Amino acid sequence: MSTYRTPLSRARGLGSAKHGVGHWISERVAAVALVPLVLWGAYSVILLAQTDYYGAIHWVAQPLNATLTILLIAVSFMHMVAGLRVVIEDYIHKTLTKAALLMLNVFVGGLAGALAIFSILKVALGGA
Amino acid sequence: MSPHLSIWRWHLTMATSILHRVTGVGLYLGGLIVAAWAVSLASGPEAYAGFKALLGSPLGLLVMLGMTLSAFYHLGNGVRHLVWDLGHGLDVKTATASGITVFAFTIVATAAAWGVAYMVGAL
Repeated sequence: MSTYRTPLSRARGLGSAKHGVGHWISERVAAVALVPLVLWGAYSVILLAQTDYYGAIHWVAQPLNATLTILLIAVSFMHMVAGLRVVIEDYIHKTLTKAALLMLNVFVGGLAGALAIFSILKVALGGA
Repeated sequence: MSPHLSIWRWHLTMATSILHRVTGVGLYLGGLIVAAWAVSLASGPEAYAGFKALLGSPLGLLVMLGMTLSAFYHLGNGVRHLVWDLGHGLDVKTATASGITVFAFTIVATAAAWGVAYMVGAL
């Protein structure tokens, strides 16, 4: 493929912020992981919609279901927070508003993601 | 508004680009719905029944239809972006064709998912 970087920047392996490549690659790794996870998630939503509370508890108690659900939630929330961060950075230019929204994004994503994963663990480990 | 939005003739790749953002932001709500599902399941039978009733209401089903369309669009267009990241399909003709493919995939996958859900009695 073609490259947009100068020979010197490639030789040094550094961008302006010294870690942009790592961000870029981890965003893509999350995106690739989400392809099978989201397809499995769509299949699971159809399964869960057919059953009630006890069916759902039984479903989450299966190790593979619990693990894939937690992975789906963890990777989606990382992808969501990273994506909305770029949207905020692109459209909001007032320093204070931008900083507040960037923090809100991390806090809402972090809180909802942690609540969701804790809830799945609680059900999977039999505490529900 | 930036002049670059008003001086260009509207074309398909512009629509696929902004739709990727719109569906991505929409799916943020989808992530919060998944979190609400997990929390309601961990909160007991009554909370879970309430959550299911909310999602099964006409408004809930409409939101879920929007989420299905958004998820399949964002998935298909996300793969298109990953192919671009590898340096392939960036010429105008191919980008337009892959955009049309993503729209077709979105409609077919959404119809298939809801068709299966209906047939197995999930609705």
